Amino acid sequence: MEDKLIIRGIEFKSRLWVGTGKYKDFEETARAVKASGADVVTVAVRRVNVVDRKSENLLDYIDPKKYKILPNTAGCYTVEDALRYSRLAREAGVSEMIKLEVIGDEKTLFPDVIGLLKATEILAKEGFIVFPYTNDDPIMAKRLEDAGAAAVMPLGAPIGSGLGIRNPYNIKIILEAAKVPIIVDAGVGTASDATVAMELGCDAVLINTAIASAKDPIAMAEAMKHAVIAGRLAYKAGRIPKKLYATASSPIEGML
Amino acid sequence: MRLKVNGEDRETKSETILQLLKDLNVIPERVAVEVNLRIIKRADFENYRLKDGDTVEIVYFVGGGIVDFKSQI
Repeated sequence: MEDKLIIRGIEFKSRLWVGTGKYKDFEETARAVKASGADVVTVAVRRVNVVDRKSENLLDYIDPKKYKILPNTAGCYTVEDALRYSRLAREAGVSEMIKLEVIGDEKTLFPDVIGLLKATEILAKEGFIVFPYTNDDPIMAKRLEDAGAAAVMPLGAPIGSGLGIRNPYNIKIILEAAKVPIIVDAGVGTASDATVAMELGCDAVLINTAIASAKDPIAMAEAMKHAVIAGRLAYKAGRIPKKLYATASSPIEGML
Repeated sequence: MRLKVNGEDRETKSETILQLLKDLNVIPERVAVEVNLRIIKRADFENYRLKDGDTVEIVYFVGGGIVDFKSQI
């Protein structure tokens, strides 16, 4: 049974996408990414340190030929900054994909959805494949889709909070209306959270902190891999309806 | 000439972006370069002539996520 995630003609081998922040070192990052089975790896765009040149580079460890590098605009608080980082990312990289973040507030890292919508519109017109990071708001998800987003990435909970999928009903409503893939970004704390997102019918899940900050990031990466596969299979298989009372699963016939 | 490179004042003899990157020991294939807020295509690194007082930003991909204001452009 073929069950491939395809966005704008790009085929994704895994429904688990991973971030590369907060790891101990590049070696650990590479091992965790490998254990996760992900083929999408998000990265940030930052200044090269021209004063103290270290020869090591993240891309020495994460081969862009093997993985799809998805740059983000993390740390951008204005539309102008998000556009600037997106355009630089396109030049530094090899694809038009951008995980668009326009952050509204330092404490919550919630998106500034007004700025996000503007930036999505502009970048989509410039030919970018835009993945906006947004709230779990069904109306905004639709607006972003209409503005040209290739997929919409609602949060499950605040970035790095590990609180899980706080509003599964909203995610469900987003999924019902969406014509583009929905990828939960942020909030996953442990494997069961990722499974919940996939059981709801999300197309993929993006995880960074839950893996990178786990006691054993490599083992957690593997756990997440299985969690996403299990959740997707369960969604496709179709869960039974919830009922208040028992239904016997052994036949009554033939009893003594 | 004097340039501002990634926020730091720097005296250089490099006349083009490609020369500057080489002087800084930066691999051109992995970076994006902005001069006075304008992105310069990689194909133009060799021919783009820097001028005294130019502000140059050289960026690349790092792990993240994390908001690190020191390395924000």
